[in-house]
Amino acid sequence: MEISMNVNGDDVTREVEPRTLLVHFIRDHLGLTGTHWGCDTSNCGTCVVWVDNEPVKSCTTLAAMTGGHEVRTVEGMEVDGVLDPVQEGFIQCHGLQCGFCTPGMMLTARALLDRNPDPTDAEIREAISGQICRCTGYSTIVRSIQWAAAKEQETPVEVSAS
Amino acid sequence: MQVPAPFEYERATSVDHAIALMERLGGEARLVAGGHSLLPMMKLRLATPEYLIDINDLSAELGYIRIENGEVRIGAMTRHRELLESDDLAAVLPIFRDAEKVIADPVVRNRGTLGGSLCQADPSEDLSAVCDAVGALCVIRTKSGERVVSMHDFHRGPYETAVADGEMLTEVRIPIRPDSGSAYHKVERRAGDWAVASAGAAVTMNGGTIADGRVGLCAVGPNLTNVEPISAALRGQTPSEELYATVGQIAADNASPATDTRGTAAYKTHLAKELTIRSLRKAVARATGQD
Repeated sequence: MEISMNVNGDDVTREVEPRTLLVHFIRDHLGLTGTHWGCDTSNCGTCVVWVDNEPVKSCTTLAAMTGGHEVRTVEGMEVDGVLDPVQEGFIQCHGLQCGFCTPGMMLTARALLDRNPDPTDAEIREAISGQICRCTGYSTIVRSIQWAAAKEQETPVEVSAS
Repeated sequence: MQVPAPFEYERATSVDHAIALMERLGGEARLVAGGHSLLPMMKLRLATPEYLIDINDLSAELGYIRIENGEVRIGAMTRHRELLESDDLAAVLPIFRDAEKVIADPVVRNRGTLGGSLCQADPSEDLSAVCDAVGALCVIRTKSGERVVSMHDFHRGPYETAVADGEMLTEVRIPIRPDSGSAYHKVERRAGDWAVASAGAAVTMNGGTIADGRVGLCAVGPNLTNVEPISAALRGQTPSEELYATVGQIAADNASPATDTRGTAAYKTHLAKELTIRSLRKAVARATGQD
């Protein structure tokens, strides 16, 4: 079947099998390998992408179900060469070790800060509770998200329309 | 790599369209809502539908929480996150927020739906126990109209419901009674996991006594959940710790859990008792304004 969707601002159309999972569509059909494929059971959260501005686990979503919708992957976080404050926070606070969970962590963090610009420690931990860091680097991940929140509180960041 | 077996994909644009598609495609067609129960089953090849009918476009038609005329009506496409975040729902049926806080994780809750959870009918699925505890009615749309069944009749057993081929669950209705309270307690191994065991309770008070009380258990046996001897034991009684202990023991006696990686049968039986006690205590406190 033919499906079309908008990924990181670009309209894409591909021929896929109906059973193609969104994570494989993104990685194998679009070549966007920033989205990682982990547990395959919607537990680990490394495959998180946004569908219509909400984080979802792309290993448990069919590409076909996303047809006609907007998808945002980690590749879409940087805009015009400027890193998202969440990405910057992960650099500043050592939010990654092996980096496998990082794309999903950052996309979930971005969604959290869009809804709740000044989250508590507990709210951050709840938000990322569906994501597993195999390096167990949770403290620095929480710190990275706090860094981004603080930066955005200081300098209001304009939310792009797309 | 876990990939579902091949199937044909269709997208429904309305309830009527979904019903018509199911009629045309026959018994090998399945509806998919959030997909967080069905797709894992398909990836494991435990479910191999020939046709998948995507009903996510029905989010507007079937995604709602309406509180009117003494009842709550929740559309089958209402997502877990909406059930968790609704202050209006929490005000009349706090058991939903109790349960939703511990169902999967925030990202899964963005997609998973009430209808999908109930239709999956997993013995460890929280909302089935919740809906049974609060005496929910399930509205099933058929080709010729709709029928309404109690949660007790809806949930036939593991992975089996009253929804027949060509039918779909569209709404859950829950009566709102004055002087009522409800609560849910779950023990899980780690954040977002299935229950080791859980219990939900709902009570309606009449002055100082319990006019009506129900307890739904989950993950402690192949079947649901509403433990009818508990309702009989609660009726007309004055709330007390002794009463909760007696009723907790009934829950334990009715539980038939299996030993697995989540715990031993003995531990789960203990939890059935203890979580029943805690849920009842909390439900009564809420009903009497002491929470």
